Amino acid sequence: MLRDLRSSIVAGAVLTLAFGLAVPAAFTGFAQVAFHHQANGSLITVRGTVVGSSLAAQSFTKARYFHERPSATSPAYNADGTAFANLGPTSPALARSVEQAAQAILKLEGPYNPGLTIHDIPVDAVTTSGSGIDPDISPAYARLQSARVAARRRLPLAAVRRLVRLHTDGRSLGFLGEPGVNVLELNLALDRLAGAGR
Amino acid sequence: MGQGAAQILAYSIVLVALGYPLGLYMARVYAAPGFGSRVLGSLERGFYRIVGTDPEREQDWKSYAKTVIVFTALFFLVVYAIQRLQAHLFLNPDHEQAVAPHIALNTSVSFVTNTNWQFYGGEYTMSYFTQMTALAVQQFVSAGAGMAVLAAVIRGISRRSSSTLGNFWVDLYRSLVYVLLPLSLLLAVVLVSQGDPQTFGGHAVAHTVEGGLQLIGRGPVALMVAIKQLGTNGGGFYNSNAAVPFENPTGLTNFLEAVAILLIPVGQVFMFGKMVLARRHAWMVFASMFVLFLVGVGIAFPAEQHGSQVLRASGVDIAQGGGQSGGNMTDKEVRFGIADTALWATATTDASNGAVDGGHDAFTAVGGAVPLVNMFVGEVIFGGVGSGLYGMFFYIVIAVFVAGLMVGRTPEWLGKKIEAREIKYAAVGALFVPTLALSLTAVSIVTKLGLASVFNPGAHGFSEALYAYTSQSNNNGSAFAGYGATSFSADLGAVAMLLGRFLPMVAALALGGALAAKKVVPVSAGTFRTDGPTFAVLLVGVVVLTAGLMVFPALTLGPIVEGLTR
Repeated sequence: MLRDLRSSIVAGAVLTLAFGLAVPAAFTGFAQVAFHHQANGSLITVRGTVVGSSLAAQSFTKARYFHERPSATSPAYNADGTAFANLGPTSPALARSVEQAAQAILKLEGPYNPGLTIHDIPVDAVTTSGSGIDPDISPAYARLQSARVAARRRLPLAAVRRLVRLHTDGRSLGFLGEPGVNVLELNLALDRLAGAGR
Repeated sequence: MGQGAAQILAYSIVLVALGYPLGLYMARVYAAPGFGSRVLGSLERGFYRIVGTDPEREQDWKSYAKTVIVFTALFFLVVYAIQRLQAHLFLNPDHEQAVAPHIALNTSVSFVTNTNWQFYGGEYTMSYFTQMTALAVQQFVSAGAGMAVLAAVIRGISRRSSSTLGNFWVDLYRSLVYVLLPLSLLLAVVLVSQGDPQTFGGHAVAHTVEGGLQLIGRGPVALMVAIKQLGTNGGGFYNSNAAVPFENPTGLTNFLEAVAILLIPVGQVFMFGKMVLARRHAWMVFASMFVLFLVGVGIAFPAEQHGSQVLRASGVDIAQGGGQSGGNMTDKEVRFGIADTALWATATTDASNGAVDGGHDAFTAVGGAVPLVNMFVGEVIFGGVGSGLYGMFFYIVIAVFVAGLMVGRTPEWLGKKIEAREIKYAAVGALFVPTLALSLTAVSIVTKLGLASVFNPGAHGFSEALYAYTSQSNNNGSAFAGYGATSFSADLGAVAMLLGRFLPMVAALALGGALAAKKVVPVSAGTFRTDGPTFAVLLVGVVVLTAGLMVFPALTLGPIVEGLTR
């Protein structure tokens, strides 16, 4: 017993120093040199200011921008407090939040998409993501929003769709995961393209 | 569905292609006395010298168990103390305060038992120092301890007329330095290249496009994610775990992290075959596990693709195709979609991992029942590193016992007679944890204090409680995460994790000790063959009938009622 205790104390100290400090410190040094951009959070800088990360959704409410998926974090899109919504498959609260999100989309996109009904809204547009900061929307949701963004920016629809295609991340190695459209990167590209717009 | 099925097929192929050679390698790691080069060898000898052990001196099963328990108990105190004192320690750029006592207790037990149940959100609760020196160290060490115990039990099976099983410090050191560390570093390099942060710089502040402020949680993420995947730990840096893009940024990282969940457990099946010189038997054990894995993902994937009642009734488009994966996207990420999230949920609960890349609480009734049943059968479908295979040994002993009863001969396993003592250890090992899980679930739903943790109404609320105590008793750590932290649920969970870890572990070591002492009997015409498909079918049947039947009544109160609800 005492012998085990003595061994455990020494082993515990050695292993904590090695696996808790030495290895992480050395690996952090390597990562900062070899993958500086990624190791620091894939931050995006515009004219010297950090405007976000390509790996985190942020709030877009203006009509000239593509909008993100709903978020369950507090406040929404909190990249320092990720959260699930945790609403079960028969939850009345889930039904309410889906209904509200769908109505808001119909109101926002309807004028630009004649004949739009709830059956045209892709499911990712009305559901919270796992992280609350899912940087992507589905290509289907991007297509739905394109008409509005093109109209508000007085751009040809084809030009907006071309940008959407450019910012669609395909599957890794062609078959792993699902395609998604990075909203922040797309919106920044739109701002660069137009320079102005309401 | 075709695309999803292709990914699941690719996953299976890569898993075996990597797991098989890893298994043969690990068999050498635990066997050869002079494993490692001259430099590595002298490091190893240095470790034994300062720890004060003679690597040649082996321990019997009782002594081995005692060392594991003392070692773990000591670390429990350390992890608790670091959480309570983190405000006064180093590497705390975001100024996190002391973790609350009951949460710290639960978390401490959680990490030393390889569970990684998380009643806290990492990025806004734990300092970098706590994440690294308390939590991530345990992700290495508790995994190493589980692997060490498995190596000892396997030695017990392969030896004859022996009283000892090995030296814990040797097995621990070799698990850590020759298996877990190199694999983790390899995976961490890929992860950081894809976007996992690895910095001590504290959170970043962004001035968003529409003029708001956004805090972006960062830290030493990549290495912790690598070991939490490989060591069947599951405790993420961020609250939403591997759903967060900073833990799991791309389809590639998701694939590799999911492979990492089952890689070592798959390897250990082949390691077992090599160590006991029964490769065909190991392949049959593999086949049993693999079939159960396929059944799980084969149920969860279509169930999630079908969608939840709420989404189906809402009228929104949940059909796959036309630029979306469709299905039940609640609490799931676009870049993973349905197939990858269902595959991950199956793998993480087949193993005792518990990392999630989507919210299980929002799964459909059937989709959520799959992880629940996977855990309930004791996480023996590959299972946790070490604990999965020694858990399966209990079922194997029961299976050969049942076969022996049917043919009317003394049951044998790998040349060892299975007698009353072995059956007792196996029965305790197989039945204790499911009983514990059901009992604690019952306590939690008949007490006011317990009910305070339930988040969703109706049958789903019961599922949350059942999932919570099944997960903690089996040292998984995944959750129907709406289930809330109270002092009561934190303490009850700690009890579940402690008993669920050490009782089966001691039973496994006792089984190993009992088998080590036996002589080998020659194979005769009456011996039930354990290297053919009949054995694999029997083993699957025993797993399903033993623990599967125990959970069925509870399933009818939770997921089944919910599945039938409109």
